[in-house]
Amino acid sequence: MPALPDILFYVFAALTLLCGVLVVANPLSRSPVTSAMFLVLTIISMSGLFVLLHAFFLGIVQIIVYAGAVMVLFLFVIMLLDLKEEARRKFKFFGIGAGLISFAAIVFIMLKSLKSAAPDANNPAGDGDTASLGKLLFTQYTLPFEVVSVLLLVAMVGVILLCKKKLE
Amino acid sequence: MHVGLEHYLTVSFLLFSLGLLGVILRRNLLVIYMSLELMLNSANLALVSFSRYNGKLDGQVLVFFIITVAAAEVAVGLALIVALYRKRQSAHVEDLTSMKL
Repeated sequence: MPALPDILFYVFAALTLLCGVLVVANPLSRSPVTSAMFLVLTIISMSGLFVLLHAFFLGIVQIIVYAGAVMVLFLFVIMLLDLKEEARRKFKFFGIGAGLISFAAIVFIMLKSLKSAAPDANNPAGDGDTASLGKLLFTQYTLPFEVVSVLLLVAMVGVILLCKKKLE
Repeated sequence: MHVGLEHYLTVSFLLFSLGLLGVILRRNLLVIYMSLELMLNSANLALVSFSRYNGKLDGQVLVFFIITVAAAEVAVGLALIVALYRKRQSAHVEDLTSMKL
């Protein structure tokens, strides 16, 4: 009888991969809206994996930032652009071939390297609760934190410039 | 079977390859962008599992920064797509051939 976290890992991993496949190649629908919805499901099940890894803060941030802000932005842009025409186009044969070959090659290389590295770290230790993460963030990583805030400001200015009606 | 580091890494690898497959296969700029998000997320999963099994929190701080940068990147990228659509009336990579020889 496997332990409950192990069962939950398999459930969340299967959900993540299934929804990931449906984001990329949904057999029923080619519309970007369905892809966006399955991306939301992928992100939510991935935050379940984060919680299983005891990264509680990041699990919540994942849901708030990705499933909340980023996906709303995506859906807003999909709504803004009228993308009905895209659904009709067919995949190119060359694209399918190249995609599947690179998929297989990457999976093969990574699993092979994982096997040869053989990580023996099977005793989990790190506990990512908010207090310890915040302490680390505001002591050792203060400078990157401030730089990231400047980056967000720059991104905001850039977006406003790009979205102006006329680009000088 | 006991779930360890390599299980999480396998999930992360598969997700990364799925994102790559999407970038190569799909022809819609927005879906390509979503596949890029999938790849970023798989890297996040690998970093969190490394941080968990090494007993250090630095990986999680890195994931925090990656999420912030990804949010900024999505905002700028989508603004670029909207500006492009306004100019070309298309968000389809096969219509964007002005750099073709």
